[in-house]
Amino acid sequence: MSHKSMVTLDGNEAAAYVAHMTNEVIAIYPITPSSNMGEWADDWSAQGITNLWGTIPDVVEMQSEAGAAGAIHGALQGGSLATTFTASQGLLLMIPNMYKIAGELSPTVFHVSARSLAAQALSIFGDHSDVMACRATGYAMLCAASVQEVMDFALIAQASTLESRVPLLHFFDGFRTSHEVSKIEKLPVDTIRAMIDEDLVAACRARGLNPDRPKLRGTSQNPDVYFQGRETVNPYYTATPDIVQGVMDRFAALTGRQYGLFEYVGAPDAERVIALMGSGIGAAEETVEHLTALGEKVGLVKVRLFRPFDPARLIAALPGTTKCIAVLDRTKEPGADGEPLYKDILTALAQAHGEGELASMPRVLGGRYGLGSKEFTPAMVKGVFDELAKPAPRNHFTVGILDDVGHTSLDWDPDFKSSAMQGVTACVFYGLGSDGTVSANKNSIKIISEETPNFGQGYFEYDSKKAGAITISHLRFGPNPINSTYLIGNDEASFVACHQPTFLTRYDMLDKARKGGVFLLNSHTPPERVWDDLPRRMQRTILEKELSVYVIDAYGIAAATGMGRRINTIMQTCFFAISGILPKDEAIAHIKEAVKKTYGKKGQALLDRNYQAIDAALAGLHQVSVPGEVSSTFDRPPVVPDDAPDFVRQVTATLLAGNGNQLPVSLMPSDGTWPTGTTQFEKRNLALKLPKWDQNLCTQCGKCPLVCPHAAIRAKVYPAELTESAPEGFLHATIKGKDFPAGYQVTYQIAPEDCTGCGLCAEVCPIRDRKDPEHKALDMVDAELIHAQEKANWDFFLDLPEYDRTKLDASKIKHAMMMQPLFEFSGACVGCGETPYIKLATQLFGDRMLIANATGCSSIYGGNLPTTPYTTTPEGRGPSWNNSLFEDNAEFGLGLRLAVDKQTAQARELVARLADRIGSDLAEALLNADQSTETGLHEQRERVAALREKLSVIEGPEARSLEHICDQLVRRSVWIVGGDGWAYDIGYGGVDHVLASGRNVNLLILDTEVYSNTGGQNSKATPLGAVAKFAAGGKPTFKKDLAMMAMAYENVYVAHVAFGAKDMQTVRAFLEAESYEGPSIIICYAPCIAHGVDLSNNLRQQDMAVNSGHWPLFRYDPRRTGRGENPLLIDSKPPSIPYRDFMSSETRFSLLTRTHPDAAERFLQMAQKQVQTRFDLYEQLAQLAVQKSPASE
Amino acid sequence: MNLTTKYLGLELKNPLVPSASPLSRSLDIARELEDSGAAAIIMYSLFEEAITAESESMVRFLHHQDTGFAESTAGYLPDHQDFQNGLELYLEQIRKLKESLDIPVIASLNGVTDSGWIKHAIELAQAGADALELNVYYVAANLDQSGAEVENLYLELLKELRGEIRIPINMKLSPTFSSVGNFVKRLADAGVNGVSLFNRFYQPDIDVGRLALRARLTHSTSAESLLAMRWIAILYGRIENLSLGATGGIHTAEDAIKLLLAGADVVHLCSALLEKGPTYTALLLGDIADWMQEHGFESVEDFRGRVSALSAPNPAELERANYLSVLDSYSHSPGVRV
Repeated sequence: MSHKSMVTLDGNEAAAYVAHMTNEVIAIYPITPSSNMGEWADDWSAQGITNLWGTIPDVVEMQSEAGAAGAIHGALQGGSLATTFTASQGLLLMIPNMYKIAGELSPTVFHVSARSLAAQALSIFGDHSDVMACRATGYAMLCAASVQEVMDFALIAQASTLESRVPLLHFFDGFRTSHEVSKIEKLPVDTIRAMIDEDLVAACRARGLNPDRPKLRGTSQNPDVYFQGRETVNPYYTATPDIVQGVMDRFAALTGRQYGLFEYVGAPDAERVIALMGSGIGAAEETVEHLTALGEKVGLVKVRLFRPFDPARLIAALPGTTKCIAVLDRTKEPGADGEPLYKDILTALAQAHGEGELASMPRVLGGRYGLGSKEFTPAMVKGVFDELAKPAPRNHFTVGILDDVGHTSLDWDPDFKSSAMQGVTACVFYGLGSDGTVSANKNSIKIISEETPNFGQGYFEYDSKKAGAITISHLRFGPNPINSTYLIGNDEASFVACHQPTFLTRYDMLDKARKGGVFLLNSHTPPERVWDDLPRRMQRTILEKELSVYVIDAYGIAAATGMGRRINTIMQTCFFAISGILPKDEAIAHIKEAVKKTYGKKGQALLDRNYQAIDAALAGLHQVSVPGEVSSTFDRPPVVPDDAPDFVRQVTATLLAGNGNQLPVSLMPSDGTWPTGTTQFEKRNLALKLPKWDQNLCTQCGKCPLVCPHAAIRAKVYPAELTESAPEGFLHATIKGKDFPAGYQVTYQIAPEDCTGCGLCAEVCPIRDRKDPEHKALDMVDAELIHAQEKANWDFFLDLPEYDRTKLDASKIKHAMMMQPLFEFSGACVGCGETPYIKLATQLFGDRMLIANATGCSSIYGGNLPTTPYTTTPEGRGPSWNNSLFEDNAEFGLGLRLAVDKQTAQARELVARLADRIGSDLAEALLNADQSTETGLHEQRERVAALREKLSVIEGPEARSLEHICDQLVRRSVWIVGGDGWAYDIGYGGVDHVLASGRNVNLLILDTEVYSNTGGQNSKATPLGAVAKFAAGGKPTFKKDLAMMAMAYENVYVAHVAFGAKDMQTVRAFLEAESYEGPSIIICYAPCIAHGVDLSNNLRQQDMAVNSGHWPLFRYDPRRTGRGENPLLIDSKPPSIPYRDFMSSETRFSLLTRTHPDAAERFLQMAQKQVQTRFDLYEQLAQLAVQKSPASE
Repeated sequence: MNLTTKYLGLELKNPLVPSASPLSRSLDIARELEDSGAAAIIMYSLFEEAITAESESMVRFLHHQDTGFAESTAGYLPDHQDFQNGLELYLEQIRKLKESLDIPVIASLNGVTDSGWIKHAIELAQAGADALELNVYYVAANLDQSGAEVENLYLELLKELRGEIRIPINMKLSPTFSSVGNFVKRLADAGVNGVSLFNRFYQPDIDVGRLALRARLTHSTSAESLLAMRWIAILYGRIENLSLGATGGIHTAEDAIKLLLAGADVVHLCSALLEKGPTYTALLLGDIADWMQEHGFESVEDFRGRVSALSAPNPAELERANYLSVLDSYSHSPGVRV
């Protein structure tokens, strides 16, 4: 076997490898979990790697999946070999073109990492909902169940489609397969070449549109022939199963791996059989092997080719002894009498039985499993077999959850384990996203897989939070290929590592340890005292399971060797030293080799530091002598406080504790509705440093609450007497200025458990101590110094009353920042450049705000469970939020506006009609209210309350109708929020249409200039010369000028803002946009970690962006035209620093000077010219004389 | 007409030498400079600190991109392609410039640690640089460090370098030495082949909006060249085998001519080229030639140093502040057309 080339990679890379090798046009749009396939392809093309025909495939990123599918359709019609990668909503957007491509019998393979669809909620995780929505498109559907199969089936798919002309959807489970790292056999290029028939490729070329032999496709057909035309394809579909099987047989001859359209494993005389497709096969096969070894008559049908469905081969695969079949679908079709695979199998069997080809009809049951990457384990498989053994097994069941509403769920024994784990070494690592645990583990798998005969598997659980994200790595090693497609369970891991001591009280991680296993902890507590750091439950587990405990001060070593907080190679070294999977010296040599590969060219100093850290790790690793008894005095603290609302205690707390899998259906909201204001219960304590306020030095400018990305520093003004009950050490100062009652106190208070320690508040603080310039009114200090005090202060602060909004002047920052933020403690990145804008909007308008949020970062930190940052005022008002899709957000928000406008209009009609009965004064006041100020709004709310009271005693349907909608008489603020991916690309058509609609909506564009959420892909917002995924050689074109496009409408309020450069301009823009009775768009500059800059410099980067001319500040207010003024106001000065200074401060630009220095210099020169030209253009526009036009007032 | 001059032992076709600036980053621009008549080119400065810092930040942002977040598992910036560090690129650029230009290429180095300077200087020489300019960008902000100590830093560095490399060494000095002439003499004794007077430090500015410092790049003005003019005039002909370069504020042919009259072997151009483009060199050369013709000079040597301390009709002007009379006559910057 030594001639075989074994590689360690994940499913996405495996698919992309074959796709890149066998295609020439690749058009994609990024979507999780498929993005990596396109990124690999782009990366290889950028490196000049050629395909089978010696040419570099052209990889094109489109504006949406609909665009990608259109481009593929075109490329296919042009006679090219073309492919794409997608998932979920992206696949749905491709459906119209898929019908076309199939209707035209164009061979192509779409590689899909199958993912859930957004229904009651979005889920980025794996199931077959997306692919099942495509089963009527005419695509053949081939499903791979493992990383090896992904590579193999990608080729089988390509060869098959060329022969059958039926386009093929090749899919595998998102995350479980797409992201599982596994040691597999790489297909040699010769094998790939042998599988691709050049005559068939030539046939594709010949069918392509060509003016030298003109023809026409895509006609419009009438009732006379459309039907017949549709039936022409039948022979192709009839032939396809044979063709695919033939290709599989040829593949087997070349590789030794034989696949079938349906494959059976298990007892030859099985009575109970499970049929399923996808990664669940791994768990099912293990269980069948385990049970058949025990003599049970069970079996498994692996479904490979789902479309065209081949009943004859299915029946041939089933043992004749089969009495009962459970067909498991990883999808849900509400309202259907069973899911697709179940129905197809049932139909196939019933047809065969009816036609006399199947003597006895087995009982066929359908069940759902694994939706949204729900675990599917041998225990669950066993549960299904157990059900099949019952005299009256349940149909339409679910497995893996507790359904106490529909009572569909099967029981299973969580302690059941298959024998497949015998001989397998399982290891679990708990790390922070940023500490490199995952990459070190991937490297460990590579080392073990490539340097030993062992097979390796890695699967990684990621976080829904961006700041302080936690990762759990599941690694398995063993002498045989590993097909355990589920997480490492309790009592299975021989090695458990905790890379962060703070996790000790958060996760019961030692539950995973097997008896006699090892526990490795990173802690600065010395070995002789570390035992006392462990909670009681953990100590008990160590004693019961007789675990060996090791400790290392990885942070100490990292700091001492200049590695900062990068502990991954240190922990990796310890893993190898303790586990003994490889001889220690050999392992260390391999780790160093990997380090050299990464850092070799970047300088000896970096290399030396890593080597030193590795060597120091060995010296710093200590075994802890475990005392004989539990001695700890503490245990895991309660997840949420006892006085939290019921829902939070029952549901949110369960999610926070990591026990969401145990939540029964009954506790889940049935329509996706969740309460807001829940991040306050998720105390994450991420900050290593906290800001300390000096109340005597502070001038109360309000800049700190403005810039805080997490609303973790707040201001309140309140009467002095309230401080009497304050805890000792609570800080306050007399409010400055005449806007507030004399003697009132002000406090700028931090939320120590919610602060992420980004330091932006201290950075922005303009006040330095004259005597000690290092000391500001806000200083970052070690968290432990003030944490306890500030926690007490924060609790007291929360109970202080909010200051009366009607007495605040929101156009002043100091005042605006006294308003309660209704967006707090989100999971956004430390130092996020987007969230301050959202927070500001909620401060100004939150109590009457409706938010339509495009999918992206803002929908993730805005609405990703377990908690949401949107919250309420003490009166219970606050933003009401929804995320429809990525592509339709502007339209969705317009719909909200239409609903509000219609209901308001109707309410006004009813008020007018009922004026006599509710009192003409009140009616008059309600209808003519000026709601342009907080006072006006407050008075209108009071009128609405009065109206309600009146209505309660008025009879008749009109009064009842008005009761339902009278809230809408208070001015609503509709906000359409999203990132540049939505606004510039996928949603631009909608943005444009909504701007043109003239309706009163506010578009808030959080422009990071790159797709941040899906991992930094190029967008039309990406500036010239910036490096991004799909722009590895630097973006060769200028950024789209969205503001200019919006201004062209002339009736749209447009603002270009950067709060870190000019906060006052930002606040003014928000107020003006909201008050404008028409469409407004605010384009916000938002520094992002994708820029390759430390976000502690967020504000500096905004400043540089403005001063270099990269981001001019301006406001375009159509109302000014009505006053005879030019509508455009330029708020920033002409470019005053070289563009080079801005570019060189961010890795997204400076990387290019390393990889493509000539292009970098060329782009720089172009950009330098362009920023000046653009500024000049804007300035000239701002100076044009304007005629007063009353129409635009 | 003979415009040739000798500089650092190199024969130059004329005295116009673009100084360290971003212009040398692009091969195309460098070629344009040569075609426009530039007699040599000094490359942009290699900053030792910048190389280290850049390598670190590149590694951090490219190789440490783990986010732990499920939608961006591969980080944000494409990291699969390899990249070179700043030093490698610089060496590569020397090689490329040497390949495509006929004029001498002078490398420019700005370092911090002794070992860094020496190591990098050797590498620059090996890459083919015709000479090395040390751009010692050192702000003596340490109140406990005396002027003598600062001077010693320079001298020690120079001595060590001299022991390691053979190519000519030029030192670009700041104007803040208390006895410029004496210091230059000691540098010459220690083996320097030339000095450039004077380095312009980027002056930080204060942002009154944010009450904070902000970096600001301002181009030089002609007025700034007068400081170099004085010192070149004083040094001209006084130290054997020492080339004198004038740098800072040379914008017009008149500026250049004045410095040559003061005794400069070459005049360096930076801001003027950044503002007016590389082809401006040709214009300056033409103007200088016109002036020479007007005044009947056949070669640069004919008039170089004619208004230096050695030969000026009123050399005391160079040494004495004589500020009372200057103040009395004040209308605009002396000698500068405004």
